[in-house]
Amino acid sequence: MTDATAQGSAPGGRRIDSDAFRSRLATRRRKGAILKYSGLIAICIALAILGTLLFSIVSQGWQGFLRTNVELEITYNEEIIGGDAEDIPSGAFQEIARNGLQKALGLPPEAEDYDPSDLNALISSGVRYDLQQAVRDEPELIGRTAQLSVPVSSTMDMAYKGKLNLDVDEGRRQLSNQQLEWFNQLQDDGRLHSEFYWGLFSNSDSRSPELAGLWAGIVGSFVMIGIVAAFAFPIAVAAAVYLEEFAPKNRWTELVEVNINNLAAVPSIIFGLLGLAVFLNTLGFPRSSPLAGGAVLVLMTLPIIIIAARSALRSVPPSYRDGALMLGASRNQAVMKTVLPTALPGMLTGTIIGLAQALGETAPLLLIGMQAFVAAPPEGINDTATAIPVQIYLWANAPERGFAEKTQAAIMVLLMFLLIMNATAIILRNRFQKRA
Amino acid sequence: MTDTTTEMDGNVAELRNTVRDPKGQGDPKSYRISKDGETTRHEDAAWADKDLKMYTRDVHVHYGDNHAIKGVSVDVRPNEVLALMGPSGCGKSTFLRCLNRMNDPVPNARIDGTIALEGENIYDKDYDVVMVRLRIGMVAQAPNPFPKSIYENIAFGPRLHGLTDGKEELDEVVENSLRRAGLWEEVKDQLHQPGTNLSGGQQQRLCIARAIANEPEVILMDEPCSSLDPVSTNTIEELIMELKKSFTVVIVTHDMQQAERVSDRVAYFHLGDLVEVGPTNAVIRDAQDQRTKEYVSGHIG
Ligand SMILES: Nc1ncnc2c1ncn2[C@@H]1O[C@H](COP(=O)(O)OP(=O)(O)OP(=O)(O)O)[C@@H](O)[C@H]1O
Ligand SMILES: [Mg+2]
Repeated sequence: MTDATAQGSAPGGRRIDSDAFRSRLATRRRKGAILKYSGLIAICIALAILGTLLFSIVSQGWQGFLRTNVELEITYNEEIIGGDAEDIPSGAFQEIARNGLQKALGLPPEAEDYDPSDLNALISSGVRYDLQQAVRDEPELIGRTAQLSVPVSSTMDMAYKGKLNLDVDEGRRQLSNQQLEWFNQLQDDGRLHSEFYWGLFSNSDSRSPELAGLWAGIVGSFVMIGIVAAFAFPIAVAAAVYLEEFAPKNRWTELVEVNINNLAAVPSIIFGLLGLAVFLNTLGFPRSSPLAGGAVLVLMTLPIIIIAARSALRSVPPSYRDGALMLGASRNQAVMKTVLPTALPGMLTGTIIGLAQALGETAPLLLIGMQAFVAAPPEGINDTATAIPVQIYLWANAPERGFAEKTQAAIMVLLMFLLIMNATAIILRNRFQKRA
Repeated sequence: MTDTTTEMDGNVAELRNTVRDPKGQGDPKSYRISKDGETTRHEDAAWADKDLKMYTRDVHVHYGDNHAIKGVSVDVRPNEVLALMGPSGCGKSTFLRCLNRMNDPVPNARIDGTIALEGENIYDKDYDVVMVRLRIGMVAQAPNPFPKSIYENIAFGPRLHGLTDGKEELDEVVENSLRRAGLWEEVKDQLHQPGTNLSGGQQQRLCIARAIANEPEVILMDEPCSSLDPVSTNTIEELIMELKKSFTVVIVTHDMQQAERVSDRVAYFHLGDLVEVGPTNAVIRDAQDQRTKEYVSGHIG
């Protein structure tokens, strides 16, 4: 090195003109460039992975938001349903719907060379209940004829969306040759079309994919998130304020601190086991209830929010606290009037991120019994409930093919909620920062 | 507060006797030099009949093992400006913070000795720390306005202590404090803008206004001009001269000229010791201690 310097520097020349200095400069620049580009590459890889994930979910799942309907002319035949609108068996409506199909397909009213149940299987099993409800609501319908658009069965739906291989022979196809013929006829007549499936948000779970929706899961999830927000936020903020502002720095508080940090790293399934043992078996919370689920999620979210709240408190410049003390505020007043308001946006951001994590949590909920089929939103915090991620888990495991795209669609709905929550966190933070 | 009937009173009287200078009576320029232990005291007699505002006796401060203040005794007279001077790290800020118990919240700081405000020990168990800080206001070295509006910054203290009745009186206090700090004209149209948007010098004056809104008896200032331009510095120096009429000021400064312009007396610190204390002219022009001489000459040339 000294050699190079001696050689490189011109006699009497300045040190910064020497070759050694220049080569050092080049090395430094090269190192800077390497650092910069490796950072860029890392970000590109991360973006590519994220993009692939989103693309695969969206490309497979977007059709889950659509449902295929068939246009039928339905005659509310008085002879079939009889006079009393309140007390008609749903089987009668099955017949009415079948008659509509027969008319559309140009088949004679009396089945000759086909099984009527093959025809029934073309439309959703929910149609008869819809018709039944319509007549209950409006008894004047009896005897009239209406143009209706009713959902087809899941198999037909798959076939219309092109997700069913129709070229294989009958034994390996979900539609019989006859049904396939009907399907083609309906399609050629332009009676089939896709519509946005609002039921995904307003229906609850069902055994039939074309009727299944997330409503029960959405309600269940948000009831639990409400419980988490109501309990975890105040407890966590109080704990963080105590630890940061008032706790003496000794072994004991250090131990508490270490434990909180460790709790945040405990896998969520452990919290599920804890909830099972403590909340269900000892405290007797009802299985599968939002109360039990919320309680488990509170436990899980607490350390996360405590850590976020503490770092928000720590990032408040000490000069604010000192300024308040100098003006004669007590320690308590200094915290409440200057430190806490300044730290609040950070705390809220941390809380929302904790809540978002709780929203996506599945494992602990399964452990406290939320793996059951639940066809209605909970009516109270003690009622049986389900949650969006649990619904995703159940649909992903369902054998019916129609649930595959429903699963992807539900994932998109969950991601949308997470996105909304994170955006809220960002907006809140910006709003507060501007005011400060 | 001034009717001191406790034994503290005897203490003050005794102290006064040690400081009184019979020979120099009537002549503010004349002083006698005495040494008690480490400290050289230029004792002038002109103030002799007044009461002490604050006095400190044998104050020691430890930060853990660091002995930052090693037995300092100095008086603060009413309506005077006392300047604390000395090289960096000698403990001026530490001592200043002791005067209104701002070292209390510092972890592992230990304060020993007596610090009294009008004869009452402010470190007494029964003395409320909020009272201390209400009566002895402080302006920090770096401007530290709250992230609130200018108005809210000033109103913070009066609100906290319930010093005003109703909004009008509060408005009045805010305006008066800003006027006295020489900031009113600049900010009167933006009272509800964040105080943190002001320039450094304006922020410092805001902090001063905030401190005087509490109507303290003593104001402590830690290098209030260290980050200011000459114009702002001038404003603040004029403010200090003005404040002197109603308050007592203790100010930390590195600037010899500033000390000469604003202070009545100077206390010179060195490595945690109080080395020399007396009228500003006496200490700066006629330093007795070798360490003071070096410091002073290094700056004045
Ligand atoms: N919070 C603290 N914790 C530990 N030690 C401290 C603390 N504050 C000050 N000290 C120590 O006390 C001594 C005096 O510091 P102080 O801040 O009082 O000096 P100063 O005279 O104000 O210096 P400057 O002119 O640079 O502001 C220094 O040795 C410093 O390291
Ligand atoms: Mg200092």
